[in-house]
Amino acid sequence: MKASNNDFSIHVATVNGSGSQTANTTLMRAIFQMGVPVSGKNLFPSNIAGLPTWFTIRVSERGYLARTRRNDVLVAMNPETSVEDIASMGPGSILLLNEGVPAPKIPDDRVVYKVPFNKLVEPLVPDAKLRKLVVNMIYVGVVSHLLGIDFEEVDHALTAQLGRKPKALDMNRAAVKLGAEYATEHLKPAPFRVERRNKTADKVLIEGNQAGALGALFGGVTFLSWYPITPSSSLAESLQGYLERYRRDPKTGEATFAVVQAEDEIAAIGMVLGASWTGARAMTTTSGPGLSLMTEFTGFAYYAEIPAVIWDIQRVGPSTGLPTRTSQADLLSTAFMSHGDTKHIILLPATVEDCYTFGMRAFDLAERFQTPVFVLSDLDIGMNTWMSDPFQYPDKPWDRGKVLTAEDLAKTAKFERYRDLDGDGIPYRTLPGTDHPLAGYFTRGSGHDEQALYTENPDTYKRVMDRLAAKYETARVAVPPPVIDRTKGAEIGILGFGSSHWAILEARDRLAADGLTTSYLLLKALPFTKEVKSFLESMKVIYVVEQNRDAQMKALLTMEYPELATKLRSILHYDGLPIDAQSIVDQVQEREREGVLSR
Amino acid sequence: MTPEKTAPEQAANGNKNRIGLTVADYRGAKSTLCPGCGHDAITGSIIQAAFEAGIEPHRVAKLSGIGCSSKTPAYFLSRSHGFNAVHGRMPSIATGVSVANRSLTLLGVSGDGDTASIGLGQFLHLVRRNVPLLYIVENNGVYGLTKGQFSATADVGSKAKSGRVNELMPIDVCALAIELGCGFVARSFSGDPKQLRPILKAALSHRGTAVVDVISPCVTFNNHEGSTKSYLNVKEHDAPLHDIFFIPRYENIEVDYAPGESREVTLHDGSRITLKKLGEDYDPGDALRALETIHHGRQEDKFVTGLLYVDPDKEPFEQDLKLVETPLASLPLEKVRPPKEVLDEVMSGLMTGKA
Repeated sequence: MKASNNDFSIHVATVNGSGSQTANTTLMRAIFQMGVPVSGKNLFPSNIAGLPTWFTIRVSERGYLARTRRNDVLVAMNPETSVEDIASMGPGSILLLNEGVPAPKIPDDRVVYKVPFNKLVEPLVPDAKLRKLVVNMIYVGVVSHLLGIDFEEVDHALTAQLGRKPKALDMNRAAVKLGAEYATEHLKPAPFRVERRNKTADKVLIEGNQAGALGALFGGVTFLSWYPITPSSSLAESLQGYLERYRRDPKTGEATFAVVQAEDEIAAIGMVLGASWTGARAMTTTSGPGLSLMTEFTGFAYYAEIPAVIWDIQRVGPSTGLPTRTSQADLLSTAFMSHGDTKHIILLPATVEDCYTFGMRAFDLAERFQTPVFVLSDLDIGMNTWMSDPFQYPDKPWDRGKVLTAEDLAKTAKFERYRDLDGDGIPYRTLPGTDHPLAGYFTRGSGHDEQALYTENPDTYKRVMDRLAAKYETARVAVPPPVIDRTKGAEIGILGFGSSHWAILEARDRLAADGLTTSYLLLKALPFTKEVKSFLESMKVIYVVEQNRDAQMKALLTMEYPELATKLRSILHYDGLPIDAQSIVDQVQEREREGVLSR
Repeated sequence: MTPEKTAPEQAANGNKNRIGLTVADYRGAKSTLCPGCGHDAITGSIIQAAFEAGIEPHRVAKLSGIGCSSKTPAYFLSRSHGFNAVHGRMPSIATGVSVANRSLTLLGVSGDGDTASIGLGQFLHLVRRNVPLLYIVENNGVYGLTKGQFSATADVGSKAKSGRVNELMPIDVCALAIELGCGFVARSFSGDPKQLRPILKAALSHRGTAVVDVISPCVTFNNHEGSTKSYLNVKEHDAPLHDIFFIPRYENIEVDYAPGESREVTLHDGSRITLKKLGEDYDPGDALRALETIHHGRQEDKFVTGLLYVDPDKEPFEQDLKLVETPLASLPLEKVRPPKEVLDEVMSGLMTGKA
C-alpha cells in the first residue's frame, strides 16, 4: 500500500528532552484542525533527557488510529539513530534529514530533502541552550510546507500550547516561519499531502490516562493514593490537577478530596482499603511491578469484602521489563490475583471513552460488589493521543451499594455483616461512625462467619467461599457487556480487547477487501457475560487477538468454555510496540491458508 | 448548683461514665491469648481508659496488623468497628480511615514484629505524616504466634528459650518516632496500669500520631531467666521518669504540688497532663533530651518509662490536606460530582478540530 493524500504517517526522530513534544503536538493538532483524523504515538526510552525518542503521527482520512508499521515521512533530527531511521524507510517515502546526520546510501526511489536546521536556527536564537529547544520548530515549518498543512492552523495549534508564554510563542512562531520560508525557496512539495476534510468537527484529542482521570472526577472520587510509576503516573497527576481545579473551594481552600502519595504500592492499596472501608470512593493507579506489590492486600479485600478501584496501566514485564512500552500481559495474574481462591472483576477499556466511563463505573461496581475492581488499561491507550467523540455527562447518580445507616439499623433486630439476605451473594455493610449499637463489626482476613466472628469451622469456611463465588456470578450481569459486530455469513470470528481494538478494526477491513469477512467481539470486562459464549458458539473459528506471549485471554476462555476451546486460535503480538493491523492480517491469512491445506 | 446526691445514687452513677455507659460497654470478646499474657493486661487498661474518658464506642475505629497483639482489638470495645489488617500494614489502613472520616478516633494495636520488622516502613511514614491515632506497640521482643523467634526489638544479650542469644541492635520504636517528629511518644509497662492508663487517656486526647510502646512480657516464649523482657526483669529495671496524671478537658481539677515538683502539659483539646517529678527533673518537650535519656537507659539496662516526648501543637495530617469539615465518606453526590458545565469546559478545551 502506498501513501496517498490524507493517508500516510510521519515519523519524527529526535532526542529526549529537546522540546520535540511541542513541535510534534503542533503538527498533529494542525492536521486535526484541517478536519483530518490523526493519532499520535510516543516511542520513548526509560530516560529523562538525551536519549533517542520517536513520535509518529498517523494521518488517516478513514479514521484508522492504530499504529502502522509503514512510515511515509521521516524527520531525522537525531544523528545517533539516523542511519537506522533512514534504513527503515521504504520505497516512495520522504526523508527530511538534518543536514550532516550520518546516512547510509539511500536508494533513488526515496525523496530526500536535506535542511541545514542547525545553521538556520543560529541567527534566530543567540542562546545555545535555547537553540536546542527551538530547532525542532523549524521542521514544523518545513513539514507543513511539504505536506500542505495550513499555516493558520499551525499557528492556532502553537498558540493553544504556548499562548500563556508570549516570549516562547514569538520565538517558536519565528522558527516555523523560518522553516516554511526555507522550504518554499529550496524544496518542492511532497507527492502526497494533507487535504481539508470535515471529519474531526466536534471531536476531541485526549490521552487515555487523562480520560480515566476525568471519569474518576465525575464518578465522585474522594480519595486517591498512589506511588509514582510509568506509565500510570500521568493518570494520578492528571486527576490531582482536575481535583485541585474543580473540587477545592476557591474561597476557603477546603478540599472535598484527598490525594496521598504513598511510600510504596503496598501502602497505596492499604490506604485505599482503609478509606473505602470507611465509606470514601477510593482508588489507586499503578503499573506491573506496583500491581505485584498489591497482591496480598487484594486477596484481603476480596475475602474481607472491601471495595477498591485499581487502575493498572500495563507495560512490558516481567520485572522492570520495558517500562515505557505497551503490553496486555497482566491479564492472567490480575484475574486471580492473590494466594488462595480468588477471582476478580476486571474492566478492559479499548478507547479513551471507555477510560472515561469505566473511571466512573469501576466505583459503582466496587461498591456494589464490595470487592476490588481492576481497570486494565495499557501504555498505548494511556499515554498516546487519541481522537474521540466528546464524553457524555453521566445521566445516572452513583451506586454506593448495600450500606446500612443508623436509621436502617433502627428498623432491624440484628445486623450480620456477611449474611446473604438477597440471594445475590452480596451482604450488607455498615460504615465506621454509624451511631447505632448494632453497627460495629470486626473486619478480618482470617476465617470468619456470617457475623464476622473468627472461626476455623470447615463448613463455615466453605459456605463463605461459595457465597463469594455466587457474588462473582451476580457480577456477570452487572459488568459492561461486549460490543459485537456481526457480518452476515461470516464464519470467522475475531475476539479482542483493550488497545488491540483499533488494529482489529483496520485488519477486518483489509481482510474483507481480500475476501475474508469476519464477525467481531470486543470484550469489555471479566467475568465473561453470556454474549461471549453465544458468540463463540456461533463461529466456526475464533481468532483471539492479544498483546502478550502466553495467549492469556485464550487461556481464560479455555478455562471457562473448555468445550469451545478447539475453535480458538491465537493472534499474538508482544514486542512492546502497539499492535498494528498488518500483523493481524498476516497471521490470520497464514492460519487460514494452513487451514485450507490441511482440509 | 446541682442538688446534692444521696449516697445510693452516687454509687449507681459511679458505675457509669459521663455518657452513661458502664465498663461492660467497653469490653469485647473473651481473649484467646495465653493466661497471664501481658497483652491482656493492656487490653484491661484500654477498656478502663476508654470507659473513664467517656469515649463513644461508635466513634472509634480499632485497627491492627497480624500477631498476638493484633488479635486484641477483638477483646475490647465490641461496639466499635474493627479492622484486623495484613501483617505490618495497619498504618496504611489507618491513614485511609483517618482521611476518609476525620471525626473518628483511631486506636491501633500492633506488636514488635508487626511494627519494627515487616511494618517498619509503614510505621515510620505514618509518624512522618502525623496521622491522628493512638498507636500502641505491645512489645515483648519475640514472635509468639510462630513460637518464639526473636523480634527486632530484642535487646542485645537477651536469651531466647532455645538458648540462642540475640547479638543484633534492638530497634527502639520510641526513638525512631521522636526522630520523625512524633508529637506524643511514651513508654510503659503492661504490669503498671497506674502509669499506663493516664498515658492512654492522654494519647487518646492528642491530635496527631501518639506512639505508646508498652513492654508486655510473653509468658510462654520470653519469660525465662536470661530474657531481658521477662516479667521479673522488666519489673526490676523499670525506671519511671515521673508519676503521670491526666485531667480531661471536661474536668476542672487543680493538682497542687510544691513549686518545682511537677510539670504540666496542656493538650490541644484543653485536657492536661501533670507529671510529678521522681528524682531528676525531666522536660518532655525536649526531643534531644528524650533521645539521650533513651540511650542512657539502654546503656544502663533500664527501661525508661513515662511520657518521653510531647508536642501538642504539631499539625495533624488532615490539616495538611486542608479537608472539608464533613468527613469525605459522608459527602453527597452533588458535592463530589462537578456540574455539566465543567465537563463542557474540559471537552471544549480538547476540541481543536474546527467544524
